[in-house]
Amino acid sequence: MNRVFGLVGRYMILMARVFSRPEKARIYVRRTLFEMQGLGVNSIGLTFIISIFIGAVTSLQMFTYLRGAGAIIPPHLIAFATREVLVLEFSSTVVALILAGKVGSSIASEIGTMRITEQIDALEVMGVNSAGYLILPKLIATVIFFPMLAVISIVVGVFGGYAVSIFVGLMPADIYIEGLRYHFDVFSVSYSLIKMSIFAFLITSVSAFYGYYAKDNSLEVGRASTQAVVVSSVLVLVFDLILTQLLLL
Amino acid sequence: MIHIDKLVKQFDGQDILRGVDATFEQGKTNLIIGQSGSGKTVLLKCIVGLHPIDGGAIYYDEVCFSSLDNSSRRGMRRDMGMIFQGGALFDSQTVEENVKFPLDLFSSQSEAEKRERVQFCLNRVNLNGAGRLYPSEISGGMIKRAAIARAIVLNPKYLFCDEPNSGLDPKTSVVIDGLIAEITAEYNMTTIINTHDMNSVRRIGDTIIFIYQGNKLWQGTKEEIGRSDNRELNDYIFAAEVK
Ligand SMILES: Nc1ncnc2c1ncn2[C@@H]1O[C@H](COP(=O)(O)OP(=O)(O)O)[C@@H](O)[C@H]1O
Ligand SMILES: [Mg+2]
Repeated sequence: MNRVFGLVGRYMILMARVFSRPEKARIYVRRTLFEMQGLGVNSIGLTFIISIFIGAVTSLQMFTYLRGAGAIIPPHLIAFATREVLVLEFSSTVVALILAGKVGSSIASEIGTMRITEQIDALEVMGVNSAGYLILPKLIATVIFFPMLAVISIVVGVFGGYAVSIFVGLMPADIYIEGLRYHFDVFSVSYSLIKMSIFAFLITSVSAFYGYYAKDNSLEVGRASTQAVVVSSVLVLVFDLILTQLLLL
Repeated sequence: MIHIDKLVKQFDGQDILRGVDATFEQGKTNLIIGQSGSGKTVLLKCIVGLHPIDGGAIYYDEVCFSSLDNSSRRGMRRDMGMIFQGGALFDSQTVEENVKFPLDLFSSQSEAEKRERVQFCLNRVNLNGAGRLYPSEISGGMIKRAAIARAIVLNPKYLFCDEPNSGLDPKTSVVIDGLIAEITAEYNMTTIINTHDMNSVRRIGDTIIFIYQGNKLWQGTKEEIGRSDNRELNDYIFAAEVK
């Protein structure tokens, strides 16, 4: 327990340094754009692929199982259910878990490597606030970009469901579209995007934390990046529960 | 001039430096020697403020550096350049961008002036052709030279080098030693160099302190080191020669 408090304390101290006075704003802007490319744009492909498959599979499953259960379900509800699954949970939480694996491990190993090769010391000797310089641009980039990935995931996932429905002949296109528009609550999208930006903050800051305090050898960098993924994934799930309580109930 | 007074540093309750006194003179190459694990890197990082110290004091000329708070230290950092053991160039930047980095942060010069200064420093270390390359694309010796260029780009008064020759072949070591010594004399800097290389000691040891298990056991010059009667130092020199 003491160890957990120690970790949380060190995490808080690091975050305080991340948000303290930046040196030159112009350099931060440039770095943030650079990180958006590296951490955000480069994750579009992955998001695209998993979302289109999950959207398609969800529609198929809904169709098969609702029919199997003997329920007399109007087909447009299949599209409705696919949309809800994507908006409420998949495109934020599950996509965040996958990004925790991809982005979290890359952040932890990048910063960890900079630690053990003394690049962080080099920044500090020059008088640069290394925590702010390295971590803040990544935080801003992911907090802005991850919600966009969630939107992409929703759109692509819904399209996957649409494509498979037409292709397999579950229902005609206009019924699917009717289902998509059925009982649509804009707040559920906001809920999804709010969750996603908080997940982005968690994943990035926790992974940066493990990298920043990586010990002096390459084994430790590997360990740091594993820990970053595990801890940030668990936190994503815990916060999913908390935020759902807070926002939906 | 840099002066340290009874410097103490502990890690996890264990003494790593046990009250080290030393004076590093301006315009000279001041060497810290000792076997691996003796505490040279820790000493250098204490002096530049990367490690908080547990006792004693550090003076940069008249200023008591160790009693300054972080923001006043930041003001002095423009005058300090450091070359790390592995070079510590930023992997995501080209050699040119690495050298320009301190200028971007701290100088109000125009873009053209900065570029000119970068070219000048790269020239100074004979790296003019390599500016566009990334650290992963150049040799160990070139990395060290790029690190020197980055360290001197703001015209520092104090230069710190942690094992500048580690991982280099003997011929390249001569070049790097020569470069650091020349630059020190040229700009009248106070230069402190960690090394375990006896050839470097003989070449550029204007002043030398010998660290053994966190204690300073000997001090002198390259002329005097052969005549020392300190047993640990003589063992150390003997071992280094045999190797
Ligand atoms: N951050 C640290 N935490 C704990 N111990 C350290 C740390 N850095 C160095 N040490 C210990 O201090 C001693 C001196 O190390 P160092 O200064 O790196 O030696 P060297 O003379 O080879 O440069 C070693 O025993 C090392 O294990
Ligand atoms: Mg060392």
